[in-house]
Amino acid sequence: METITIKTLKDLPPEENLLPGTAMCAGCGGLLALRHCLKALGDKTIIVNAAGCFTLLSIYPFTPFRNSWLYTAMASAPAGAQGVRDALDILIRKGRISPEENLKVVVLTGDGTAYDMGLSSTSGAIYRNLDFYYICYDNEAYGNTGFQWSPSSPFASKTATTMPGRIIPTGAELSKKNLFEIWRSHKPPYLATISPAHPVDLVNKFKKAEQFKGPKLFISLAPCPPGWGTEPSRSANFAKLAVDTGIWALKEAVYGEIRHTFIPKKFKPVEEYLKEQGRFAHLFKPVRQEETIRKIQEMVDGYWKEARI
Amino acid sequence: MKKEMLTGNSAAAWGVRLAEVDYIPAFPITPQTEIIESLSRWICDGEMDARFVTVDSEHSMITAAGAASATGVRVFTATSSQGLLYGFEMLYTVAGWRVPLVMVNVSRGVSAPITLEADHNDILAARDSGFLQIHCENCQEVLDSVLMAYRLAEDERILLPVFVNMDGFQLSFTREPVEIPEIEDVRRFLPQYQPKHAIFKASQPMAQGIAVLGGPVYSYFKYQMHLANRKGLDVYKEVSKEFERVFGRRYDAVEGYMTDDAEYLLIMTNSFSTLGKAAVKRARESGIKAGLLRLRLIRPFPDDDIKNALKGRKAVSVIDQNISVGKGGILYSEIAGVLYNEKDRPLLLSFIGGLGGKNISPGEFDFIFDSMSKAADTGEVPAPQLLYTEAEWKEMERLKKIAGKM
Repeated sequence: METITIKTLKDLPPEENLLPGTAMCAGCGGLLALRHCLKALGDKTIIVNAAGCFTLLSIYPFTPFRNSWLYTAMASAPAGAQGVRDALDILIRKGRISPEENLKVVVLTGDGTAYDMGLSSTSGAIYRNLDFYYICYDNEAYGNTGFQWSPSSPFASKTATTMPGRIIPTGAELSKKNLFEIWRSHKPPYLATISPAHPVDLVNKFKKAEQFKGPKLFISLAPCPPGWGTEPSRSANFAKLAVDTGIWALKEAVYGEIRHTFIPKKFKPVEEYLKEQGRFAHLFKPVRQEETIRKIQEMVDGYWKEARI
Repeated sequence: MKKEMLTGNSAAAWGVRLAEVDYIPAFPITPQTEIIESLSRWICDGEMDARFVTVDSEHSMITAAGAASATGVRVFTATSSQGLLYGFEMLYTVAGWRVPLVMVNVSRGVSAPITLEADHNDILAARDSGFLQIHCENCQEVLDSVLMAYRLAEDERILLPVFVNMDGFQLSFTREPVEIPEIEDVRRFLPQYQPKHAIFKASQPMAQGIAVLGGPVYSYFKYQMHLANRKGLDVYKEVSKEFERVFGRRYDAVEGYMTDDAEYLLIMTNSFSTLGKAAVKRARESGIKAGLLRLRLIRPFPDDDIKNALKGRKAVSVIDQNISVGKGGILYSEIAGVLYNEKDRPLLLSFIGGLGGKNISPGEFDFIFDSMSKAADTGEVPAPQLLYTEAEWKEMERLKKIAGKM
């Protein structure tokens, strides 16, 4: 099936399905990504949410969405999506509601849920070829509880539970878990990384995904000013820098076949991305941790070398 | 009407089939598995028009069940013991969503030690969740209770999920003659589920399970759940009356056995009540004015029925097939709470027995009746008793010897 792609920001759908006035932090990169996602998805959707920052988007009696919302729990949002999807299919098949009442079912979770606790229910849903979307807003820590380490936290980042200290000056000692590859091992019809700084790429990925019946999975980098120690006004810049340094690879996988959708002509050094973020400040002051910075650069270089671009 | 030899599990499955359930998310666990096996077979054979999906865990299972129910289909699911505890978070959650699904729990003792046979620590752990709870003594009652459970759950004055509980092994795997109602009669009693309240659909966006900030908003919704659950006492009476009219079988919230002139009462639940009834019969033969009160509706708790049934008795023994470690019998405490402000209240004795499916022998029942008569004579109530026979003790000594512990 041919999908119509858009070329510039001017082509973004004008509809807003996520309206202003939420309780999110200023400069929330995840919220910006979600706004674009919902432009692409439209308002005939139900968001099935797991515990995280975005749970506070809908606080009784307010919701910023034009679409429906179901908060489940931390571990089982994809199972909630299963229930809603199956119920809609049953009601339409049995003629109890009209096909116009159908909804796109969208799971929305943070990285804390997506990378660890929610893996069981997510794996089950992908394996069963559930027809749903999954949007993970990845701010690389348990953000809603005050930015503690999660398996998505990058190597050498400072979080509330990986504070650089005398014994461990690096911050987080483990590297970011590769959720993309975990999901890809299930060979879902569509899987992509997205960025709030690349809305055209983002919207086109949703348009492309639409043709597939089954799991359509998205991981968005989500700059988090309070957690990352950055200026709220600069979230889009950091999202862009993450792509330009090669740290956040924009890619998609159709039935497991990977394609990079945006490759910087010349990769910027990772240092440009790291040095202005509070969560990496310990790598530069009081003593420059040369070895650690070099290791991060090598990890990024290694990724792109292996990707054979 | 046909009568067949059915296990408790088959009877539950027949109830679900007759209720024309639309959706069954499932996860296997002993001793519940036969229920979902039966249902999946009927669906594969085209005898039931429902969707069956095996999910990754009970936590996911209850989530899917609640979400589907919130989208407007009739939902069934079942579990037991460890499975119930694994999904525990979602019990409170789906009750808070006010979704009218029905769930069978096949009672089994809770680990550790890991075991297979029945007691009620699993289902009673869920007593505060918001679910209504019906506890069954026999296989016919299991089938009938599933049908009644949907009427209760879907009643607009309630809109809460309902548990139907039966004992693992003693009921789940025991065949009894069960009358399978005609589908036309069932449809008269339980019409197709057509929710009038909001469900998820494109023309009607809504937020469900939404966060609240602040105690007053939280309390408002919790109080609503509580009041709706309590309303279940009245609705239950209507539903059981209607059930009797259509099917000719009557199930009150509490069942009295030889209670009319009884001076000494046992209070029991579930399948072990049959043992209690046999003990009452024997006690009657030896001249003791004995009776038994079986609690069928555990949530909402039928306070008034219990008060009335216990009025004027000399002594009452609660036999808890559960143990709140560090306190004692769960139902004993609940019944004591009901009686506290009554002027004409009986002496109330506490016994714990039947844990992990342990038998309650005739000798133990004799001991209980003995204890009641002594208490009535002296006015002194003994401390709660943990039932264990000498033979069981000796066997345990033997096992410990094999294990090298003595």
